[in-house]
Amino acid sequence: MKDTDRFEFLLRFGDSALVLAQRLSEWVGKGPIVEEDIALTNVGLDLVGQARMWLSCAGEVEGRGRDEDALAFRRDAHEFRNALLVEQPNGGYADTMARQFLFDHWHLLALKAMEGSRDERVAAIAAKSAKEVAYHVERSTDWVIRLGDGTDVSHERMQDAIDGLWMFAGELLLPDAVDDAAARAGIGPDLAALASPWREAVGAALAEATIAVPADDWAQRGGRQGRHTEHLGHLLAELQFLQRAYPGAQW
Amino acid sequence: MTSEWPLWEVFIRSQHGLAHKHAGSLHASDAAMAVKNARDVYTRRNEGVSIWVVRSSDIVASSPGDRAALFDPAQSKVYRHPTFFPMPDDVKHI
Repeated sequence: MKDTDRFEFLLRFGDSALVLAQRLSEWVGKGPIVEEDIALTNVGLDLVGQARMWLSCAGEVEGRGRDEDALAFRRDAHEFRNALLVEQPNGGYADTMARQFLFDHWHLLALKAMEGSRDERVAAIAAKSAKEVAYHVERSTDWVIRLGDGTDVSHERMQDAIDGLWMFAGELLLPDAVDDAAARAGIGPDLAALASPWREAVGAALAEATIAVPADDWAQRGGRQGRHTEHLGHLLAELQFLQRAYPGAQW
Repeated sequence: MTSEWPLWEVFIRSQHGLAHKHAGSLHASDAAMAVKNARDVYTRRNEGVSIWVVRSSDIVASSPGDRAALFDPAQSKVYRHPTFFPMPDDVKHI
């Protein structure tokens, strides 16, 4: 596998973790209840830790002297390789939990598949992250079921959230040349092979939540190739402001 | 129906602790959520290996008004302390 492909491959995992963490951080102090505020922030912090590992690894593979901070704070939207799903706005709590739920199930399958990666460092990051993400899956699934199978209002909001986000979830399971190269080299997961366990796990939870699986499987793709929705730029403006205004600032 | 989630008391057994200790309280809609919330609120700094939760309303407490009658009589009974026996050094946790 070429180093340029390997760099792209690592960025995809690092950027999805970083962008989702930033989204979750927007909930800090605004959670529906203090316990939930803390719990969701814990998930965000897990993802920040994972992003750091992926991005510092990516920086070393790239070999141009960029560390995790340079990659996180000094790239523009078109250079980000996160999935479109994770940059979608928080919306209400049902939207945030639906987004988390769709991502978490994919994330866990992908990490589990990479625990046996031929790249030892990838395997180590995946193994450490998978333990954290197993809990993320449990939490977000729990909320999808509680809200879906809750009151009329919570059910409607969860159904709307799943319907609205579904078109962004499919991208996670559509491999391109970089994914294929990583899978062939035994470094990354075979994304197409994750589709059926993902559908099974997500489908079972949605059935329990009395939420209908959207019929239209058309998927918007592009995030993992650097073509993003209008939301990412605004997210990065907030994430990167300090390092853009005061380059190299430390405290 | 009240819109407030019920209060739960949380007990954590620490890494080397022998018994669960009261850690604090939190709100949750049911027991399963209470355990999850307790994990996130009270064990995020690696404090515990086991969690108990119990509805605060299920705890029966002694009344502060009965304090004198319940506890004062024990103050003058020094012979109830097992301090008059030599203890072997190897015996722990007593």
